This record gives sequence, structure tokens and C-alpha cells, in this order.
Amino acid sequence: MTAPKKDLLKLVEASSLRAEPLQFAIGDTVNIHTRILEGDKERIQIFNGVVIARRGSGTRENFTVRRIVAGEGVERTFPMNSPKIAKLEVVRHGKVRRAKLFYLRDRLGKATRLTERRAAPKKVAKAKSEE
Amino acid sequence: MTVGSEWIESHLDLCWVNAMPVGLLGRKVGMTQVYDQAGVIVPVTVIQAGPCTVLQVRTQARDGYEAVQLGFGEKPRRLATRAERGHVAAIASRRSKSRAARGIAAVAKADCEPARFVREFRTDAGDAPCEVGQKLTVELFAEGVHVDVIGRNKGRGTAGVMKQHNFGGLPASHGVKRHHRASGSVGSHGCDRGHSGKIKKGKRMAGRWGNERITVRNLKVVRVDLENNVLLVRGAIPGPNGGYVMVSKTNKRG
Repeated sequence: MTAPKKDLLKLVEASSLRAEPLQFAIGDTVNIHTRILEGDKERIQIFNGVVIARRGSGTRENFTVRRIVAGEGVERTFPMNSPKIAKLEVVRHGKVRRAKLFYLRDRLGKATRLTERRAAPKKVAKAKSEE
Repeated sequence: MTVGSEWIESHLDLCWVNAMPVGLLGRKVGMTQVYDQAGVIVPVTVIQAGPCTVLQVRTQARDGYEAVQLGFGEKPRRLATRAERGHVAAIASRRSKSRAARGIAAVAKADCEPARFVREFRTDAGDAPCEVGQKLTVELFAEGVHVDVIGRNKGRGTAGVMKQHNFGGLPASHGVKRHHRASGSVGSHGCDRGHSGKIKKGKRMAGRWGNERITVRNLKVVRVDLENNVLLVRGAIPGPNGGYVMVSKTNKRG
């Protein structure tokens, strides 16, 4: 009997991972389509904003999206592998130099804009072509 | 407890699929989270459970109680004691031959490798009978049933009352000197006034913490993976990752 296989954990997690990983980068402006249950009916709600952080691994991986609603900053954190995320569209690539964009929280109005990145990196470009 | 067959039939849906034997031994792999059908995150502990070999069946007539002894994992023969090897070995030794010659019935042996982890489960009339040498796997458990998990929690060594029992300690000032994490006076708390001069048993004090047998009751089985001998139960179970645990049917009803 050897030590319990650590990959058993990965094996268990694999069933809860998304078949096709969501493709986006930090600084992207995205539309997230979430399934919402209202009584018996299911409908899709869209949350639009800038991805400012991504953390965790495996089933625990999540990302944070920030937007401004009525002059107030709103942040929402989504589990990466939640089946409740129906779709994620990348609207615009932002040009950023760091992995966490928490500095956006201190900015207001025009200062929150990110320069658009025209030449998308390979990974994201591939995702775009699939769409 | 004696249980009639009607009782078993009427309670089939309650927990055990068909009068299941007892339980399983296993190893805690670790915790993670999975999504259920509704898309809700469920915190689970992954247990590598079984296959377990029935090493011995205790009977009322011979041992004074009913139980099955299970073994989990393999211990290399060089590390096993002679007794451990003899307990599982079906060998024709000189002693067994001479006993056979005298007409003494041989004790049934599992005929397997010495087990790393051996524990007994008490059985009652409602449990399916087991035979020595039989292999038990996670098939015993169905998804959605509830189980108890018994293990040994992590040892914390010597711990003070603030850490171990969440006492408040003593003030930082107001004349307190070098006594800030102490429990304070115990005399008046621990005794019934006028009954004895002794502190009551169970008074919480500093000392060894952890490394004791803990039972966590009524954990829901979230998933059963027959192929990998893996059991997922909702919530936490005692002990470190890699620690040995017993998974048994729950004694909590309803």
C-alpha cells in the first residue's frame, strides 16, 4: 500500500471542471451570461465589466469582474467552473501590465479606461477564431 | 438489537441498500469541492475506501460478541510481525498439521497479505453475513446514504487553555504579572459548594490536545467511484490527509 495518490483529488475535481476552459485575459472587458433560476423558469442575466483578478486553481479557481453602476463600483466574483456561467464573451482586450488590477478601484471616470490591445496574444486570438 | 426481516424491508430506503455489512476502512485523501446537479458547490472529503478483506468473523459463541474484522492496505511482509503474518496466512505449518491430526478444526484464514490497518465493526442481526476472505468495496455505499466516519484527529501536543478551550486568559494589566494566558482560579468553578473539596471531573484545563478517536456522524455520501475505490462524503472528517479512517453506517436515525 503506497501513500494515497494525490492525483485522486485531481481525478475527483476533473468531473467538476469545465470541458472547455473560459478564454479571457486580465484587463479584458467581458460579458458574462449567468443562468438564474426564478421560480421554475431559468433565464440568462448578463454581467458586463473588466476582469481585474483571477485566483485559485482546480475547482476553486475564480475571477473578479468590476464595473461602474450609477457611479458606484460593483465587483462580482465568479467561480471559473460554475455550470451557472452559460457563456463568456470578450468584448475588448485591455492593455495591462499586471495580473491584479486593484488600482482601478482608486480611479474614477476617465482614469479607469484601459488602452485597447489590438494585437491579441495567441491564446486569446485562438479563442476568437473559434467564435 | 434484533431486527426482523419486515423491518429491514420497510427501511431499505432509509440507509442500507440490502442489509449491508457494517462498513469499510479507508484513507483520507483530502478535501476539495465539486458541483452537484443543480450547479451548487458541495464541500467534500475524498476517501480512498477499500477494498477491505474480511480477516476474521467474531461470533457470540466463540468470542462473546458479533463483529467482523476488516483489513485495509498491505503491509510488507518484512515489516509485519509473525503474528500478523500468521493471522492472514493459510499455510500448512507443522502446528496446523498436528492440530488437524488431533481433529481440531482449522481456523479460517483470509489468505492475503498482512493488512496495514485492521479494525472491527460490530454487527447485529440486520447485517448481511460475511465470510473470511471476502472482499468488501465501496459498492456497499449508495449515493445519498449517510455514514459515520471514525478517525484520529491531528495531535496538537501540549496546549494551554486559551488555545484548547477558548478561555479568555487574564487581563494585560491591572496588576496581572506574568500570568496572562493562565486559566485563573479553578477552585470555585470546579466544585459543588459544600459537597466536596475536589475539582469536578471534566474541568477544562491545559494539557495534551488532539490525537484522539473522533466520530463524525451523519455525513452524506455525495459520490461513489467504484473504479477508483473512491468515496466522497460531504463535509470534513478527522485526521490529517493520509490518515486511516473507518466508514460505517450511521447510528443516527431519521
